[in-house]
This record gives sequence, C-alpha cells and structure tokens, in this order.
Amino acid sequence: MTFYTFDGTLDGLLTAVFDAFERHEAPEKLLAAGDMLPLFCEQVHEVVTDEAKAKRVWAGLEKRLSREALRMISVSWLSELPELANPLFGYVCKTFRQPAGVSIERNFADPDVLAVTNIARKVLHEQLRMKQFIRFQKANDGTYLAVVAPDHNVVPLVITHFADRFNDQPWLIYDAKRHYGYYHEGGGAPVRVTFEDESAVPFNLADGKLSDEALSADDHLMQELWRTYFKAICIRERMNPRKQLKDMPRRYWKFMTEKQ
Amino acid sequence: MLTENTMERLRILTESAKYDVSCSSSGTVRGGKKGMVGNTVGGVGICHSFADDGRCISLLKVMLTNSCMYDCAYCVNRRSNDIPRATLSVTELVDITMEFYRRNYIEGLFLSSGVVRNPDYTMERLVAIVRELRTRQRFNGYIHLKSIPGASPELLAEAGRYADRMSVNIEIPKEESLKLLAPEKDHQSVFQPMKRIQQGVIENREDRRHLRHAPRFVPAGQSTQMIVGATKETDRDILTMSSMLYAQPTMRRVYYSGYISVNTYDPRLPVLKQPPLVRENRLYQADWLLRFYHFKVEEIVDDQTPDLDLEIDPKLAWALRHPEVFPVDVNKADYEMLLRVPGLGVKSATLIVNARRYGNLSSFDLKKMGVVMKKAKYFITCHELASPLPGAMPGINELRPERLRALLVSPQERKMAEKEQQLSIDFGV
Repeated sequence: MTFYTFDGTLDGLLTAVFDAFERHEAPEKLLAAGDMLPLFCEQVHEVVTDEAKAKRVWAGLEKRLSREALRMISVSWLSELPELANPLFGYVCKTFRQPAGVSIERNFADPDVLAVTNIARKVLHEQLRMKQFIRFQKANDGTYLAVVAPDHNVVPLVITHFADRFNDQPWLIYDAKRHYGYYHEGGGAPVRVTFEDESAVPFNLADGKLSDEALSADDHLMQELWRTYFKAICIRERMNPRKQLKDMPRRYWKFMTEKQ
Repeated sequence: MLTENTMERLRILTESAKYDVSCSSSGTVRGGKKGMVGNTVGGVGICHSFADDGRCISLLKVMLTNSCMYDCAYCVNRRSNDIPRATLSVTELVDITMEFYRRNYIEGLFLSSGVVRNPDYTMERLVAIVRELRTRQRFNGYIHLKSIPGASPELLAEAGRYADRMSVNIEIPKEESLKLLAPEKDHQSVFQPMKRIQQGVIENREDRRHLRHAPRFVPAGQSTQMIVGATKETDRDILTMSSMLYAQPTMRRVYYSGYISVNTYDPRLPVLKQPPLVRENRLYQADWLLRFYHFKVEEIVDDQTPDLDLEIDPKLAWALRHPEVFPVDVNKADYEMLLRVPGLGVKSATLIVNARRYGNLSSFDLKKMGVVMKKAKYFITCHELASPLPGAMPGINELRPERLRALLVSPQERKMAEKEQQLSIDFGV
C-alpha cells in the first residue's frame, strides 16, 4: 500500500496529483504533514511542493472542467477542513483519468465529487451568512469596522460584495480567528491587512466592539435604535426561538449589535 | 437630527407595521455605482437578522404614520383603536435608513403608511421620502413601497420610478367578507392600483426596448398579502385568488398572514387564542406548488377537499389521492414527474436528473446525495426497489393510501393540527 504525505497546501495537493501520474501510482491515502502514519504502511512518498508542477495540474483542470466546477474547487479549499484533502485528491485524479470531453463534475453519485461539492456548499453557505450578519460600527475617523470569526476562511469571498455595496465609505472587515482583514477605501480594490501588535488595536477581538474613545459620537444611538427596532418587529404571539436559532446560529451572535 | 425621542416613535411605528409579512428584498440585480450608496443582489435577497418570532428582517419595515382615517376591523391601526400614534419626519426616516444601511443592518426600506386626510396627501409624503433617498442621498439599495389605494396615477407613476417593488394588500380574498370588515373599502380599490402598476411596468419594458437607458419602473414587480383565519374563506378561495394573481405578469409573491387577534372586542372577528400557524404554513406549501412545482389549483384543492389537510403537506395529500401515477422510476421519469414525488424537492430532482446521466441510481446513491427518503421511498422505484422479489420495499399501491397516510403523519404534526382545529371551533360570527 502506498501513502503520500504533503504539506497541507493546495499547491502541495496538486503536486501530489502530478507525482501520482508521473510515478504511475494510485496512492491509498494522502496524509498531511504531521498526521500519524497508519500501521502496515509499506511505502511512503513525501511530496515536495513544486509550484511549476501545481500550475501544470491546474492548467490541465482548466481544460477539463467548467468554470463553475473550478470555482467550487477553489471555494472548497477555503473550508480549511482536513477531511477535504482526500476527496479533492480523488476528484482531481479521476478528472484526468476520464476520457476527454466527459467531465465527472456533476456525477454526484461519485463519493469524491459529492464530498467536495458538499464542502464547497458549506463554505458558500457561510459566506452568505457573512453578508447577512456582518455589523459595522462607525469609528470617529469615519471608518466602518466589522469583526468576524467564521468557521471557514470566507472573508475573501465577501469583500467584492462589500466593496460594491459600500464603495464610498472606508471599511475594515477583520477576521479575529485568522488574524487578518481587508481594508477598503474609495474606489480601489480592498487590500489585505494584518496588525503587528494585535493588542494595540482600538477594538476588542472577543466581541468586536470599538473602544469608547474610537467610536463615533452618534454610533451608540444608532445601535440603540437598531436594538429597539429589533425588539419591536417581533410578534409575541408567534414566538419561535427554534426557527431563529436555525437561521441565525448562536455562534454568530457575539459580533451582532442586536444580540449584544 | 436623530434623538432619544425618535427612538420611541420608531418603536411605535414598527409595532404598527409588523403585521405586514412581506419582507423580501428579491427581484432586482443592480450593481453598485460610483457616487451612490448600495446595490441589490437579486436571487432570494439577503436576510440581515431573525427576530425572536423567527421571521427574517431584511428591510427596515416601518410606517410613516400610524394614524389612519379608515376603520378596518382586522387592522391594529384602525381609527377607533386607542393606541399611541406617531409620525416620523422625512429627514428622520431618511437618516435612519441611510445609517442602518451603512452599518449593514438592512437591505433597504419597506415603507407604508396609515391614510391621513386623503390618499393623495399620504401618497405624496411617501413619494417625498423615496425621492429624497434616491435623488439627494443617492441611495441605490432596495425600496419596497406600499401604494395607497385611491392615490392619483401621477403619484403612482413617480413612486414607481424610485421603488423596486410596490404592493397593495388584498387582505380578504372575498369581496363580501371585505365589505363586512372594512365597509369603506372594496376590491376595486385594490385591483385598480395593481393594474396601474402592471401597466407602468409593461409600458416601461416597451420603452426600454427602444431606449436602453430609460429609467426602470418597479423592476421587482408587485406583491400582495391575504389574511388567513379572520373570515370564513376556504383554502380553495384563497388559493384560487393567488393563482389568478400569479397569472398576472408582474405579480411576484402572495403572502399569507395568519390572523392575530389584535382587535378582540370586535364581534365581527373570531377570537383566536393563537394565530392559525399550521394553516398558514400549509398555504405557503401550496403556494410553492403553484409557483415552482407546476401544480394547478384544482389539483391541490377541489370540491371534495376545499381546505388543505392540516396534518400532511399538500403534495403528499395529492399523491395519496392519486396512487395510480406511482411508483415513479427515478432513472427514467422526467423532471416534472420527479417534482411530484413527496419528499423530492427542486434540489433533489435536479441532482437526480444530473447524476443519472452517468449511470443508474440506486436508493443507496440517492441517500448519499442527500435525498430524504422518509416519504419518497414509498413512491419511487430505482434499481433494487423495483425488484419483484420478496423483501422489496412495499410502495403506495401495496400499502394502500390510507395506511400509508397513518405511517407518514408524525405524532407531533398530528398534535399541532389537532390543537389548531380545536381553537378554530369557537369561530365567532
């Protein structure tokens, strides 16, 4: 039985596909660096990530898959789930073994295609939740700040939406879990930002609140108005907290103005 | 300038507006523009929050004023009710909308109003707000505007240029019941503005064929609402009205609002301890069948069954009445037929149609793909389910519909339906 180990990056995974074809092997399993090797492991090949090889594999995929399927693959990678590696490896290998012109991307009876598609769907679902639940506070320098901590790395998927919607206001969306964010100011594309000293930022990473000195003068009133609205719109005769939790899971509440 | 005082009035006007169920921000795709604030995403829209009653909050749903000259029995804001009345100024409403929007609290504004002085006076003030939002504040987000019955066509035409969606509520599906509860209104006053909006949209479509940049008119179409359980209409009356409305080219959504006893003192209204939520839910399911599942009203409700079955969903009810069309072979049946199988939705049917091109599907494949087999398994055949060998899954025709029905109703559903039926027995009038 053959096992491959790789460094856990997408380039590493694509290199693994390259190696498998070059060595005429069908590895049993792809292991990330640091994973425990299984018993009865006869042969281990360590994949050395090579950007050139990865690029060739990706170019091959571009020829064989539709744009929609390629997007689903890129999106699924943002899930950061360890269980994605093997189905994705299988999906890519199978794509190259298919006769030309017959893509397996919509064969949902195939376990690998199904697993990758389902993971991508999960990620897309969460990016929608970011569009729904991100809450900005206005700082006194006019910047709008939102702090999030999504399960998957979805912030890169939503920034075009916010840049389009709020193109005339400077904003910062910061992922507290992954310690980076995107800053947007007038016109141009949002830029990726990180803070060297996270403890010095004027907002709390646990609940996303701006400190009182940094908050703009009327923001407290706006937040209070929103909370008032949120309470008033509820029809008490129809209380349904289960539905509320289903559509707005509690893990997102800590950054949401109306639930703080 | 917004102050603490604004907050109390916002609270009053929100409480007055909340019984209008429409909140969707769907129907238009409009990218952001330089120098303007906002965009609309289309699709199903974005829900920004969910209130404690589980309903989505997508738009800032608020009234301009809750004073009203009418006395409709089913409405909280009727003039004979002793409730706090309030009015927001144009600047206040515009400020709240912009500030909420910029903080990503909302997709836009859903504005309605009680009728003060006369319909034109009220409509004029509604139009003033959306005009201010679109022209001065350069607001490019979603606007849903209630049209005031009886307002002049000129005002309607101006409003339609600013709004994404407009709506007029029918409230009561039969005219004689409406006359009883709201003597000052009739169906004509509702249908006329609807017709005007539709005309505007169709004319605008023609204009845009010649002039690509002609401003759009109510691009997201219209919606309307009917109250369920305040009068004696059957589900058949309600659904017939809905399907008639959906036949109109600009009608996008009909909403159903389970009646909540807001005016308990009025003898013309039933006293309900609890709104008819199960019935409302079944009506929405039937509405979905009309819009996405190629069903006709006569298939869902007919002379024998003028009301929907509260214990089971309307599609299952249809299937149990028509055992002769089952079982359906998932590997051969066309998409429309798959949609008719209880338990299969648009998503599952699409998955099946796509996946079966690569080979025959077994029930195991279906389960893996995420098809819910609880109900579907009695109505389909696939590879092994079709086998005539002993031990094969018994289908609807082996079990008989009445026994299958008993199998598929969960005790919880039965309890909820029973509770609601008991509550509706002491119907007034």
